[in-house]
Amino acid sequence: MNPARRCWRIAGALLGSQYALMLEYRAEIALWILSGALPLIMLGVWSGSGAGAAAGFSATQLSRYFLAAFLVRQFTVVWLIHAFEEDVLQGRLSPFLLQPLPPLWRYLAAHLAEQATRLPFLALLLGLVALLRPQLLWLPSASALLLGLLAIGAAFLLRFLLQVLITTLCFWSERAAALDRLLMIPYLFLSGLVAPLDTFPPALRRLAWLTPFPWMVDFPARLLAGDAVGDTMAVARGFAALLAWMLLLLPPTRWLWRAGLRRYGAMGA
Amino acid sequence: MTIIQVRELSRTFRVSEKRPGLAGTLRHLLQRRHRTVVAVDRISFSIEPGEIVGFLGPNGAGKTTTLKMLTGLIHPSAGELQVAGYQPWRRQARFLQQITLVMGNRQQLLWDLPALDSFRVNAAVYGIDDQEAARRIGELAEMLELGEELRRPLRKLSLGQRMKAELLAALLHRPAVLFLDEPTLGLDVNAQVRVRDFLAEYNRRHGATVLLTSHYMGDITALCPRVLLIHQGRLFHDGSLADLSQRLAPCRQVRLELAESAPASAFAAYGQLEEHAGHQVRLLVPRERLTERVAALLERFAVVDLEVSDPPIEELIGGLFRRVGAGDGLGDAAGHTADPGPAAAEP
Repeated sequence: MNPARRCWRIAGALLGSQYALMLEYRAEIALWILSGALPLIMLGVWSGSGAGAAAGFSATQLSRYFLAAFLVRQFTVVWLIHAFEEDVLQGRLSPFLLQPLPPLWRYLAAHLAEQATRLPFLALLLGLVALLRPQLLWLPSASALLLGLLAIGAAFLLRFLLQVLITTLCFWSERAAALDRLLMIPYLFLSGLVAPLDTFPPALRRLAWLTPFPWMVDFPARLLAGDAVGDTMAVARGFAALLAWMLLLLPPTRWLWRAGLRRYGAMGA
Repeated sequence: MTIIQVRELSRTFRVSEKRPGLAGTLRHLLQRRHRTVVAVDRISFSIEPGEIVGFLGPNGAGKTTTLKMLTGLIHPSAGELQVAGYQPWRRQARFLQQITLVMGNRQQLLWDLPALDSFRVNAAVYGIDDQEAARRIGELAEMLELGEELRRPLRKLSLGQRMKAELLAALLHRPAVLFLDEPTLGLDVNAQVRVRDFLAEYNRRHGATVLLTSHYMGDITALCPRVLLIHQGRLFHDGSLADLSQRLAPCRQVRLELAESAPASAFAAYGQLEEHAGHQVRLLVPRERLTERVAALLERFAVVDLEVSDPPIEELIGGLFRRVGAGDGLGDAAGHTADPGPAAAEP
């Protein structure tokens, strides 16, 4: 079997089985969707305070931004470390290591399948919004939609890669997930989930743009909302930043993963 | 050509020690104490293609650690090993295609889905095309007496059905070497027999090499012409069960049914009296004096029935481990003679 066909079959089989598995947990996933409602709560907070206007955001821009941020958040949730930590502790990682497929592909497939499971619930949610508050919705242009989706995909990959980096610590510590919880604080405040970055004080904004977090939410949300699509430089800068962060994280992640596997073998699988 | 070659293989672990209580906890936080545990201690053996070898030993003897080194899950601390021509710890794709590890207390199948979904993933991962995968699943399912169960979510299956499905998944890529760690753990007697029959049939059809650990002697006696006995990380015996029995039990068991009962003291000259209840008597008699003693017994007593046998292997091995635990020595390695123990007492 040629390698391309084999990869295609593995991807199809993994995604198919993981999607079937996620459908078994559909009620739990619906609750996860609701638990990601922070941007919608922030929309309520900002709309009532008038702070958006002071920061140069119209009511429409603000509602579009937060709704887009909500959607971006839905498709960039990464829970790898929790699943991996559990698998290491329960000894479920060992059978995966004895198959000729790096185990991370299974987790990636599980994440993609989980995102696919969210789709009908999100469509239902948007339908409800269209029924109750139609003024909150907008029809993005084809370019905004395309660039927005591309940016969401890249943001997800960056988040996944960042979490792989932290996940490798599971090989050294039985409670590495605690570190991920610590990382949630800068992620929440610097990514643009609580406020668009343009509303930050200039010094904080400059600092935030130096981290990977704004590229994970603010950038794709603004593309989807149609705010940044006309600014070719800003679009190029955003995708370049996503790529640069991925390239920066890849070598240490690979090194730590290999070192972690060696330690796993040394300490007793 | 040897398929598994192990030479002077050792594995040590560094473990931290903590005393109980608050003082012990605080001391553990401030000044950790470690000690080195030798899990596997310079063991050597080789296995030829197609052999079924039993790997025996009590809990913590080093069996699972050895299996994990042979599959490449953990690195050896010292020594050499080769499996199917590869160094396992490198876990090269071509090596992984040739082995499988089934652990009775672990599962690889997706819990909430029918086993067939997991088989489909395994077939793709091992590069088996759909037609061939369907053929192999059909063949293995028939051998394992699995049918509709494969279409039901795994969580709905009995333990025995789940174990059989795990075996099917583990053998789909038709590995040349099977490492089985307690594959019948927790199964009822019927399920144990079916799994044993399957393994014997699989070995016969495909010539696969099998290294099997089990606490159920039934698995070992039914499947393994050769056994490796490991204790405290050291290899104590490498040979047949019959040889092991001879080494561990220099005595044979003689059961007598007498026409008339006789006092216990009457049997002291013939062997070690193990049981004495009315007309029923059980004695342990040294192997080399068996004929002479049995002849003497038949001459002295009115014997209705007589049976000579080896003591059960479970009792022999259990007795050996108890003796070792109590401080008696073992032979250094395979081929050395074990301490005969109290069973060898002369009349």
